[in-house]
Amino acid sequence: MDNATRQIISILVNNQPGVLSRIAGLFSRRGYNIDGLTVCATEDDRWSRMTITVCATQNTVKQIVAQLEKQEDVVKVMDLDPRGVAARDLLLIKVAVSGAARSEIVDLCTVFGAKAVDVNPDSMMLELTGSTDKVDSFVKTLAAYDIIEMARTGGAALERGSGSLRESAELN
Amino acid sequence: MLTSGAKILVSCLEEQGVRNIFGYPGASILSVYDALAVSSIRHVLTAHEQGACFAAEGYARRSGHAGVVLATSGPGATNLVTGLADAYMDSVPLVAITGNVPLAQLGHDSFQEVDIFDVSMPVTKYGIIVKSASEIAPAVRRAFALAESGRRGPVLIDIPSDVLDCSAEYEPAVPERPSPLLPDEEEIKRAAELIARSSRPLIYAGGGAAAAGAEDRILELSLRLKAPVVTSYMGIGCCPPDHPRFLGVLSDINLKAASAMAECDLFITVGARFNSRYGAFGGLKKRRTPLLQFDSDRAEIDKNVPASASVIADAALALDALLPLVREKDEAEWAYDLLPDSAQENRGTRIIRALTRELGDGVTVTTDVGLHQEWAAHNAQVRTPRRFLTSGGLGAMGFGMGAAIGAHFASGDVCLVITGDGSFNMNLNELTTAVKHHVPLVVAVMNNNALGMIRKLQTARGTKGSAMSSLYLGVDYAALARAMGARGVTVTEEEDVDEAVKNALDGTLPVVIDFRIPINTGI
Repeated sequence: MDNATRQIISILVNNQPGVLSRIAGLFSRRGYNIDGLTVCATEDDRWSRMTITVCATQNTVKQIVAQLEKQEDVVKVMDLDPRGVAARDLLLIKVAVSGAARSEIVDLCTVFGAKAVDVNPDSMMLELTGSTDKVDSFVKTLAAYDIIEMARTGGAALERGSGSLRESAELN
Repeated sequence: MLTSGAKILVSCLEEQGVRNIFGYPGASILSVYDALAVSSIRHVLTAHEQGACFAAEGYARRSGHAGVVLATSGPGATNLVTGLADAYMDSVPLVAITGNVPLAQLGHDSFQEVDIFDVSMPVTKYGIIVKSASEIAPAVRRAFALAESGRRGPVLIDIPSDVLDCSAEYEPAVPERPSPLLPDEEEIKRAAELIARSSRPLIYAGGGAAAAGAEDRILELSLRLKAPVVTSYMGIGCCPPDHPRFLGVLSDINLKAASAMAECDLFITVGARFNSRYGAFGGLKKRRTPLLQFDSDRAEIDKNVPASASVIADAALALDALLPLVREKDEAEWAYDLLPDSAQENRGTRIIRALTRELGDGVTVTTDVGLHQEWAAHNAQVRTPRRFLTSGGLGAMGFGMGAAIGAHFASGDVCLVITGDGSFNMNLNELTTAVKHHVPLVVAVMNNNALGMIRKLQTARGTKGSAMSSLYLGVDYAALARAMGARGVTVTEEEDVDEAVKNALDGTLPVVIDFRIPINTGI
C-alpha cells in the first residue's frame, strides 16, 4: 500500500497579491495538510517561490501537483525527490541557562553546528540551520533545559545540480 | 485614445462579441451602467443578482460562449456566489463583473464593502482585482480567454468604483480565441489498445462531451464498438433518448445502466467525472473495472477512481484522433439490451414526456433541483446537447428560472422550466423578468405540496413525521402568475394533463402550469 511520507513541493508562482491565499486555500479546501510553508522572492522579481512540505502518499502528491499545475498563477511545480535536494529549516531558540549548564549548551552547539546569537546572564538565544530531522533533534535535546521560546521557519529546498525551476518552466 | 475605465470595460465586452448581459445596478457600478446605455449591448435587469447569475449561466450553457453578469459591491456581489459555484462545478464559462467601493475605502469595512475576490476564490477558476484604469482592458481580455479555454469556468473581475471613473489609453483589439487542447498521440494509441482488448465496453458521456460538441463522435464510437451509451445529467442530449444503444442517464433509479456498469469490461468516460451523487461509481473501483478517461483537465485523472489510461484533450479532437484506430465490431458481444429495465413511471414523468414531446426539438429545457430533476433527466425528450440545462454538480434549487431566461436570450428558443413547488418558491421572482422581456417560458410546476426529494430521503432513513418536507403552502400559482402579468393554469386531474400540454403554447407566454400531483408520487 502507498504510505504517507514527507515530500517537498517547490512552486514558482506569479509575484502578485492573492497568490499565497489562493495556493494555501487550495490545500485546505482539498484536505491536503501543510507541514511547512516558505514563501520567498526569487532572482526574478516577476516570480516568487513557495516551498511546501507535506506528509502524503505518492498518489496524493500526484493529485496536489495536478491541482497546482492548473492554477493560473502557477508557473512551474516540482515534486522534489528528497534524495536529490538540499533542504534546510532555520531555528531560533531561547533557553534559560546560567552557571555550569552554559558550557553544556555550548558543547551541544558545537555538536549540532548551532551558533549563539544573543547571550544574557540568565539566557541564550541559539541559531541552527539544517534538515528538518536535525532541527527536530536539536529541539528535543534542548528540551532537557528550560526553553523560553522558539521560532522556526518552514523548509527551503533546491534541487542539487545546475538546473532550476525557472529553466524548466522556460523550456515548457 | 484617453477613455474612462467604465467605457473601456464596455468596449472590451463589445470586442468579445457580447450582445446580452444580465445584472442589477448599485452605487459602485453606476459608471458602467452609464457606458452601457450608449453601447450596442442589451442589459437584462433581473429581479435578483442570483437570477442574473443563473441567467448568464443559461446563456453560456445554451450558446457555448461566456455569459456575463454584472453586480454592485457588497450584497450584489455576494448574491452571485451560488451562481459562480454552480458554474464552477459544471465547468460553465462565465465572466462576473463586480463594482467595489473606491480604492481608498477598501479594507475599511465601508458601506456595502465585501472582499468578493477572496469570497469567490474557492468557486471561481480565477479572480482579478483591477486597481487602475489601464488594467481594465487586459483584465477583461484575460478573463474571457480563461473562462472559455481548457476546462471552462467562471472568472471574476472586481473593480473599485473610482477606477471606473479614471481614464486610460484604450486600443481596440481582436479577441484571441483559445485553441482547443490537442490530444497526445501516445495517449491515443494506449486508449486504442485498451479498447481493442475489451469485449464489453460501455461509453459514459458527460458535460465535457457536450461542451466540445462531440455527440456525433460518441455515436460513431458506439456504432463501431456496438457499445451502449450512458450519460451524466450534464451529458444529456449526447445520445438521443430513443437510440437503440442508449441505456439512459446514470442515477440511482436507473437499474439498467447500473447493471451495464457492473457487467462491462471497459468503462470509457468522455468529459465526465465521478460524482459522489451516484453511488455505483464505488462499485467500479471495487471491481477494478478498467477505466479509460477522456478529459480536458489532468487533475480529474485518478481523482476519485483510478484510470487505466487517459487522454487529456478536447473531447471532439480526442475522438477524432481515436476513431481511425478503432476496429469496427460486427455485433455487440454482450446482451446489454436484455438487462433489467427500471423505467419508473408516475404522473410527473408522464407530464414531462408529454410536454417535451409537444414542445418538440426546438425547445430548451431547464430544471430546478428535487424529484422533478430526476424525472426530467430520465424523461425529457431532448435529442441534442445544450438543450437540457440543469444544475448537475452543485444541485442548486432555483436554477431553472434564471437559466431559462438566459437560454432564451442566447437562442430565441421557447424554454420549458421543469420545477417543483419547493424550487419554484426560491426564484419565482424572475417570472417578472420573463414577463417584462416577453420571454416565451412554459413553467411546469410539479406541485406535490412537498419537498419531494427531502421526503424521499427522510422516508428512506425512517424519519418520523413530515420533518419540514411537507409544504402545503396553499399557493394558487396560476393566480400568482396572473398577478405578475403571466398566464396561469391549474391542472388537478390526470385526465386534464393532455389538454393543458396541448394548450401550453396557445396564448400569451410566459405561462405557469401548476400541475397538482399526489404528495407521495415517486417516493
